[in-house]
Amino acid sequence: MRMNHPSRRSLLFGGAALGAGAVLAACTSNESNNPTTAQTKGADASNANTAAGKAVTIGFSAPAADHGWIAAITSNAKAQASAYSDVTFKQVEAGKDAAAQRAALDTLIAEKPDVIVLLPHDGKELNAFGLKAMEAGIPVVNLDRAFPDALAYRLQIKGDNYGMGVAAGHYIGKAMKAKNIASPVIGEIAGMDELELTQERSKGFADALKTYGFKVANRRAARFTADSGQKEAQNLLQALPKLDALWNHDDDQGIGVLAAITAASRSEFLMVGGAGSKKAIEDIAADKSVLKATVTYSPSMASSAISLARLIAQGRGMADLVELQVPKEIILSSETITKENASTYLKLGF
Amino acid sequence: MTAQTSVVERGGWWRTIPTESLWRNLGLVGVLVVLFVIGAIIRPDLYGDSDWVVNNMLVILQQAAAIGVVTVGVTFVIIGGGIDLSVGALIALAGVWSTTLATQSYGAGGMIFAAIAVGTIAGALNGLLIAYGRLVPFIATLAMLVAARGLAAQISGKQTQVSGNQFINGIATTRVAGIPMLVIILAVAAALGWVLLNRTTFGRRTVAIGSNAEAARLAGINVRRHTLLLYALSGLCCGIGAIMLTSLATSAQAAAAELYELDAIAAAIIGGTLLSGGRGTIVGSMFGVIVFSAITNLFAIANLPTEVQNMVKGGIIVLAVLIQQIRFRSLTALFRKP
Repeated sequence: MRMNHPSRRSLLFGGAALGAGAVLAACTSNESNNPTTAQTKGADASNANTAAGKAVTIGFSAPAADHGWIAAITSNAKAQASAYSDVTFKQVEAGKDAAAQRAALDTLIAEKPDVIVLLPHDGKELNAFGLKAMEAGIPVVNLDRAFPDALAYRLQIKGDNYGMGVAAGHYIGKAMKAKNIASPVIGEIAGMDELELTQERSKGFADALKTYGFKVANRRAARFTADSGQKEAQNLLQALPKLDALWNHDDDQGIGVLAAITAASRSEFLMVGGAGSKKAIEDIAADKSVLKATVTYSPSMASSAISLARLIAQGRGMADLVELQVPKEIILSSETITKENASTYLKLGF
Repeated sequence: MTAQTSVVERGGWWRTIPTESLWRNLGLVGVLVVLFVIGAIIRPDLYGDSDWVVNNMLVILQQAAAIGVVTVGVTFVIIGGGIDLSVGALIALAGVWSTTLATQSYGAGGMIFAAIAVGTIAGALNGLLIAYGRLVPFIATLAMLVAARGLAAQISGKQTQVSGNQFINGIATTRVAGIPMLVIILAVAAALGWVLLNRTTFGRRTVAIGSNAEAARLAGINVRRHTLLLYALSGLCCGIGAIMLTSLATSAQAAAAELYELDAIAAAIIGGTLLSGGRGTIVGSMFGVIVFSAITNLFAIANLPTEVQNMVKGGIIVLAVLIQQIRFRSLTALFRKP
């Protein structure tokens, strides 16, 4: 065999290669963290909660994922924190997996923040950290990925995956009834199938369709990427030469799905998206493609999480509610964006 | 591997490759026929329509196009005794680089140049580390996989970059004489690859180095420079693949082309390329790619879940390698007897 044992030189070169990659990466970034485009709630004289209070430090950690939604989560959190004069924002990198995130969070605890906002890699694996922080007297705000243990968090704020499926199902169900289609052919392009959230979305979709007596004719799972969306959509269109409605779970992969639909010159059906990206909302407003609606799962929840974390740290409640403290659980409802309301939602697109 | 077996292997190579590869390719055509028959049994309504059947075949070929071009490069690398795990990441990097707003402002030419240059340079960097830095190919290209995906994520700011260039987006929707442009690009790439492998000294040197690098060096071949060129070729193919994928998806992102490295290697392996190098055919690799593409298509037509599809894919890879080993063993036994 021609294999050499990795020598010291090999290790040096390997290190050099990775180092070069890192240096290049640092030089070529064109990331724009423009806070003016992020989804924040600004100061408002009529809102008692925005009045400056006790100075607090908010610790924040979210995975460094290569997905637009997670990127929006982090930039929203940062932007919202900078909107408050009484908030110091301390972000720690969450690294590649739950173990790395745990290590990063341990260093964060040592800095004694007043509250921690956390989007865990995995709710189950970070549950123990939540317990530990709460025991140490630091309230934990869990963002989107729930801890199984109710003692592990002070506040849970998350989107509604099941509700997303339900919203998409109802939109399609109503549209089919309005068109008087007795047994419509409905396709579904899901996201990464191994994720629980994908299963919840699909279940919500199927349950809502069932109330109209409809079911999904063909379901393909893509990978949340445009190229995988294109591939699955192209095959789905082959399998269903006549289609009445299509739900695509994710607007990012939807770019590929729409490309496949355009390439196949198909327009006999309506399509519903998912998540609520800026491009999808613009496409819906323009009304020039089969995309007629999208159901939200908005990363604006990160902005809200920071606002609520601030109130928790300051010991204040939500001004509109009677209670003197912030509630323990908030589940955002999944909203349906159509041509009619697209202009109001455009600022929430990411 | 001892000198004895490699001599036998090379003896076997001259004698058996025409029939061996012919049988294997016929076997893969057989698999395609079986897939077609299964489809026709499950969905007679679709397969009874000849227009649909022709169109579906073109869809299968079109979906094989980008990964097919990449597999041409990977086949060369494997025949030359190496491995390239970075191809998916290089496609993502080349795709992202060519679709930044800055690159898009240079028009289609600038985007194509950027993708091809980024792919080739990154591939050459692989080759440099392996040939001159003496890194094991597995490690060098694994490092490139991680670094290139990271760089792609950094450049794109983790966002999906939409291509606003109508020429690039139009490549995937253009048909020439009814054949999708992407399929034509694949056919040209495969033909060039075939000529390069079978009709040039470059190809013969690749086989020689993959069979026995030391013997090739003693025979006067500049093994290091050739290895560098092989990885650069693989990177070039990734750059072309990136353009094709960007055109299909009208966008690029850091997570694109997920696991393309495994698909390309698997296609080459079931097409008859020896993982230890020294033997393989472009035609076989192309059949390998088309078989995988046809399986994905059939599973969609039959509305079967993706997880079953992945298990079937894995099973086929294991089966192909098993057959390869059994045939190889019986061949060596044949040559040892006298």
